Amino acid sequence: MTPFWILAPVMVIAALGLIFARKAVHAALALAVVMISLAVLYAAQGAPFLFAVQIIVYTGAIMMLFLFVLMLVGVDSSDAVRETIAGQRFFAAVIGLVFGITAVIAIGQTVSGAVVGLTDANENGNPYGLAELLFGKYVLAFEFTSALLITAALGAMVLAHKERLTPRHSQADIAARRMREYAESGRHPGPLPTPGVFARHNAVDTPALLPDGTPLESSISQSIVDRGQVRSEGREAVESVLQDLEGEDGSGTLGGEK
Amino acid sequence: MNEYITLSLILFTIGAVGVLVRRNAIIVFMCIELMLNATNLAFVSFSRQHGNLDGQVAAFFVMVVAAAEVVVGLSIIVSIYRARRTTSVDDSNLLKS
Repeated sequence: MTPFWILAPVMVIAALGLIFARKAVHAALALAVVMISLAVLYAAQGAPFLFAVQIIVYTGAIMMLFLFVLMLVGVDSSDAVRETIAGQRFFAAVIGLVFGITAVIAIGQTVSGAVVGLTDANENGNPYGLAELLFGKYVLAFEFTSALLITAALGAMVLAHKERLTPRHSQADIAARRMREYAESGRHPGPLPTPGVFARHNAVDTPALLPDGTPLESSISQSIVDRGQVRSEGREAVESVLQDLEGEDGSGTLGGEK
Repeated sequence: MNEYITLSLILFTIGAVGVLVRRNAIIVFMCIELMLNATNLAFVSFSRQHGNLDGQVAAFFVMVVAAAEVVVGLSIIVSIYRARRTTSVDDSNLLKS
């Protein structure tokens, strides 16, 4: 009985966290706490096989699937606070309270017989007893389960499938398009020039300078140009270097003193 | 015995209220999982009460069906998110007349 009284408050608090958590990831963590506690309760009630299955299938597979989808959809997608139906939360809470209190009182008033316990049913081991039932009495349901799982896998594949609307460009297509553009408009088929080369600052926001000192716009990423973050020091840098060179003309060639 | 069933009922009620209250489709789905887990706890408890393993087999089948349901449901949520860029259940109203 001890594990029950330790875990029951934890489970109820974690389940309430599922309702009140603002972020979906916190709700997922609360649900994982509930599921692991449930697994321990299964083990305490003579169901070691379900204990393992609960941890492997629920916390291992299903919760990870939830987390995958949360990451896919965006972790920050928090719930809208605004109510779309007026008073919906209040009435939901009232209905939930009424249902819960009624059901708990009804359970409290029932008189259940003595607990038989599973020592007899588990005498060959719990998985053995379960297997006898699964492959004996419930074998048809078991077969249907396999059909259900295959259908679910196929359904998930169909739902997650994304139709390609435009034909895929292979590397050969791209190369052919570049050569065609070169033939038609004279556009250089090679890669764009790198920024910063032959400029004073070797950075991506500094345009490369042509041999005559003019900045080369195509050497800078278009997003930097759109943000207006292009450094325009290239021109002044060239001029200052030229001035330095002219000033040093009297003392000989550049670097000659060293 | 009764306290296990009571805990199961409390968890089920919390899950049901969560389904009614939350707007994020993924959290609504988690609340459904909580309800399924609560019924599983009741199944296992009744299995111990009656001294046979049929309840545990039922809980096992619930787990299998829940796994299949989660796979399909989450892929529906992902495809809705791809089309509408949101997972809020309020925004999926295309089936309204």
